Amino acid sequence: MRFVDEFREPALISKTAEEIRRLAGTNRHYRMMEVCGGHTHAIYRFGLKDILPENIELIHGPGCPVCVLPMGRIDDGLSIAQQPDVIFAAFGDMMRVPGTQGSPLEHKARGMDVRIVYSPSDALKVARLNPEKHVMFFAIGFETTAPSTALTMMRARAEGIRNFSVFCNHVTIIPAIRAILDSPDMRLDAFIGPGHVSTVIGCRPYEWIAHNERKPIVVSGFEPLDMLQSIVMLLRQLKAGEAKVENQYKRVVPWEGNRAALKAMAEVFQLRPYFEWRGLGFISQSALRVNDKYAEWDAERRFAVPGIRVTDPKAAQCGEVLKGVLKPHQCKLFGRECTPEHPIGALMVSSEGSCAAYHSYEHRKAAMVSLSSIA
Amino acid sequence: MCLAIPGKIVEISSDNHDSALVDVVGVRRRIDLGLLQDDKPVPGDWVLVHVGFAMSKISAEDAADQMNTLRMLGEIDGAMQEVRGYGLEDVN
Repeated sequence: MRFVDEFREPALISKTAEEIRRLAGTNRHYRMMEVCGGHTHAIYRFGLKDILPENIELIHGPGCPVCVLPMGRIDDGLSIAQQPDVIFAAFGDMMRVPGTQGSPLEHKARGMDVRIVYSPSDALKVARLNPEKHVMFFAIGFETTAPSTALTMMRARAEGIRNFSVFCNHVTIIPAIRAILDSPDMRLDAFIGPGHVSTVIGCRPYEWIAHNERKPIVVSGFEPLDMLQSIVMLLRQLKAGEAKVENQYKRVVPWEGNRAALKAMAEVFQLRPYFEWRGLGFISQSALRVNDKYAEWDAERRFAVPGIRVTDPKAAQCGEVLKGVLKPHQCKLFGRECTPEHPIGALMVSSEGSCAAYHSYEHRKAAMVSLSSIA
Repeated sequence: MCLAIPGKIVEISSDNHDSALVDVVGVRRRIDLGLLQDDKPVPGDWVLVHVGFAMSKISAEDAADQMNTLRMLGEIDGAMQEVRGYGLEDVN
């Protein structure tokens, strides 16, 4: 067993791993999807695959906001920012994501006014500081970040700041899970539920997964022990033939979620009839748009948006990796044309993308093994 | 962006009750409390911060655990860079 001594409570981790081995037995193969990209990162980082028995397979889910954003949306956002006197503001995670004509950072090098912000409220601050310019905030994220964008827009409206708009790419996690369950090439036994998204939406929205689809789901924390405990909880349900929503991450996630955050989202956003996800295609009611009340702060209504649709580079197999059909290293470009230094697909950009996570930990480990075998 | 950063509320602004000074391992920045409307934190409370907004109240013990999780995940530098960037300070 690798690394275990570095973790908190190594004895308890060993005991939990033992319990997993006992529950999993050897007769059955278990496919569990971790929905959240943060969990994907943690799984590779901690080498959890080396701790788990072989018949537990972890499938990486769609919960990396940068990764599921189709390239056309990046092109659309950048095309707005090409208009005179527009400042493009976005989180650092977005800066290296490739568009057809390069990433936001590359556009900055060519003269576009691109600002990294760490909070949507700072994008609004840029607007206050630059009244002669228009600041477009390129908003991404699941329900973890959508309430902050919403509240920022409420502030802009209350203060009458009109040189600020949001290019909204916020997506919602439940329809993505539904699309994965509806996909014929995807067979899953259970879900490790997202931690921080659930801080906002709570645990109730997952109930249909248990009740209608008969799949157990456990909302999980991010430490090794959290994830191992969640897997124990899932195995116990599967062994007992049960399907329930359980909350392993009670110390942070309230069952009812965060009401004020949900209220802010409801004030500003409405569901889009459909939205394109990289790898998953068009999913109905899976994303948020700005509602009529906030139209003035909606970049898609203030500016002409070309509505660019781009197919991924042919050789890149981001879609298959995103759906869990291929493992990262099975993509033809992985580690060769596509690396964290020169990403071709978004999965290689974000540390929560499975390709970047796999490249940082597994690939390096494999390289070290092959080097040591040569030596 | 998806980091949950634990911070201790140091002071609530007197002129804006939705604005608070938090301390994240010695770095002090203003964050927004507007999403904790139903359960407003007071100085001394610990909160989890996402993109400059407090999203949940947590215990001091869980805050220490969360800091440890970030450290184990190798995300402590990213988290501190994010915190330092709040309010457009230390940006670029």
